[in-house]
Amino acid sequence: MICEEGEIVGNVHKLGDHINTDLIIPATYLVTSDAVELGGHLLEGLDPGFPKKVRKGDIILAGVNFGSGSSREHAALAIKGAGISCVIAASFARIFFRNAINTGLPIVECPEAYRSISDGTRISVNLEDGLVKNLETGEMYYAQPYPDFMRDIVSSGGLIEFVKKRLEIERD
Amino acid sequence: MSESRKILCEIVGKESLKPGEFVEAKVDLVLANDVTAPLAIQEFRKLGAKSVFDTEKVVFVLDHFTPNRDIASAEQCAFVRNFAREQGIRHFYEGGEAGIEHVLLPELGLVRPRNLIIGADSHTCTYGALGAFSTGMGSTDIAAAMATGSTWLRVPEALKIEVLGSPGRWVGGKDLILHIISRIGVDGGTYLSMEFTGRGIENITVEGRLSVANMVVEAGAKNGLFPVDGVTKDFLKSVGVDASPFSIEPDRYGYISEITVDLSVLEPQVALPSLPSNAVPVSQAPRVKLDQVVIGSCTNGRIEDLRIAADVLKNKKIAKGLRLIVIPGSPGVYRKALREGLIDIFLESGAVISPPTCGPCLGGHMGVLASGEKALSTTNRNFAGRMGHAKSEVFLCNPAVAAASAITGMITNPEEII
Ligand code: SF4
Repeated sequence: MICEEGEIVGNVHKLGDHINTDLIIPATYLVTSDAVELGGHLLEGLDPGFPKKVRKGDIILAGVNFGSGSSREHAALAIKGAGISCVIAASFARIFFRNAINTGLPIVECPEAYRSISDGTRISVNLEDGLVKNLETGEMYYAQPYPDFMRDIVSSGGLIEFVKKRLEIERD
Repeated sequence: MSESRKILCEIVGKESLKPGEFVEAKVDLVLANDVTAPLAIQEFRKLGAKSVFDTEKVVFVLDHFTPNRDIASAEQCAFVRNFAREQGIRHFYEGGEAGIEHVLLPELGLVRPRNLIIGADSHTCTYGALGAFSTGMGSTDIAAAMATGSTWLRVPEALKIEVLGSPGRWVGGKDLILHIISRIGVDGGTYLSMEFTGRGIENITVEGRLSVANMVVEAGAKNGLFPVDGVTKDFLKSVGVDASPFSIEPDRYGYISEITVDLSVLEPQVALPSLPSNAVPVSQAPRVKLDQVVIGSCTNGRIEDLRIAADVLKNKKIAKGLRLIVIPGSPGVYRKALREGLIDIFLESGAVISPPTCGPCLGGHMGVLASGEKALSTTNRNFAGRMGHAKSEVFLCNPAVAAASAITGMITNPEEII
């Protein structure tokens, strides 16, 4: 649950376990930091046709260890740039988790949602209370809340805003 | 407490820390490369920061797409170069001064025990081999640290790895870490500190320890840590760092679990596509026909790795139709290899010598794979498409297995060659 905007509604792209950053954005594209350009190659390592399948607002639903591998923040940027509104995973790799928090990509850790929701399902995600709802069956799942410290970063609008405020306080 | 926690306590000036606690800590070194620095610099500007916290403690190494692969990568390098000049960054490395960052920094004496080192590169964990607390982060984290000189960390739980015995002739650090990852899985170390201890440690060279610590992130770990013993101290001295030794004397209760590995029964390992956890002993690996063999990278691009490979390749030719690419990890390694006659051995065998670069390790350049091709590589990741086409395959191994396999053209135990 990362932003205060409340509810996200979208269709699910269901992926497997261990979706690493080389699959999310192959290294050969790492010569730009432009999110939209990167998004044009989202998950090409897994399925070259993936970028064409994504509609704005879609949701990625993945298994364990999503975002493992390299530290490239380009992975979080590519997901945002492609128009994905949120990533739900059974678990996240450590560096990716930090990068998502820092760049303001909504992520939700919810193994139950991964087990129960199938590809193409329309779901809603409430970023405030962590409620994931299958809009076709009405079934509901609860995500892990963020630790308080991260909530502070998130509510500041990401790490840059968080640090900026602190630098301003120090300067005063 | 685990040794990692003791180091963090020292850094933040506290008596004790609990796993799961968040701390803010001063950093000793902040690292980025030609892929991650541009984004970090952009975010640094957004902060409104005028200058980096310390021009001696920010390090940029242009190693991924260099020598510049194309116009876009040249632009990225120029962007970093201009920023480094403007800021007066002392440790900016490119061209003939650049090597693969994690091979280069220890050689330059920039890594010290009990330092906190963060880098916008996942293999920043390499420096735990020398007793530093080091971990990889993203570019935004690095931007914040470049401006403030500090970062936030979640205090990790620790996994203790007890190493026993003495390894056989063709077994090294790479085999130890591949074996461990095959036991705990690619997420078996997530958020953990992996701490190496036990009598077997003294039988692993500094190069071997660097290979081990390098790959703890392939199990999802935050950092890896070795004790600073005589072996480390000698190495540090040779690069101008004076360090008093400290040993890991683990409190029994500081660890969430413990595993034991006996080096004396460990075989060289081969990780099958497409996860580093797919490691099997070389005797059980399929005798796959190979298109390319790569010896290099931040895992196995050091002088010891090249010596081992040359030992196997001496007076031998590589298989017809196979490409062998050897990449010295730094200018220092290159020069030593030249002086010791290793480069000659490689050239005689039919290898291509690449300048120090990440190159094919991340499918960047200098040896990218075509669809359906199979490579055996001393690098650290065998994810689908990692070295090129999404339908190419990568197998991981140590330099001895790589060299032996280059001779036969298929995955081979070095014992069969020598
Ligand atoms: S050699 Fe490979 S793993 Fe190491 S820093 Fe370069 S790209 Fe990353």
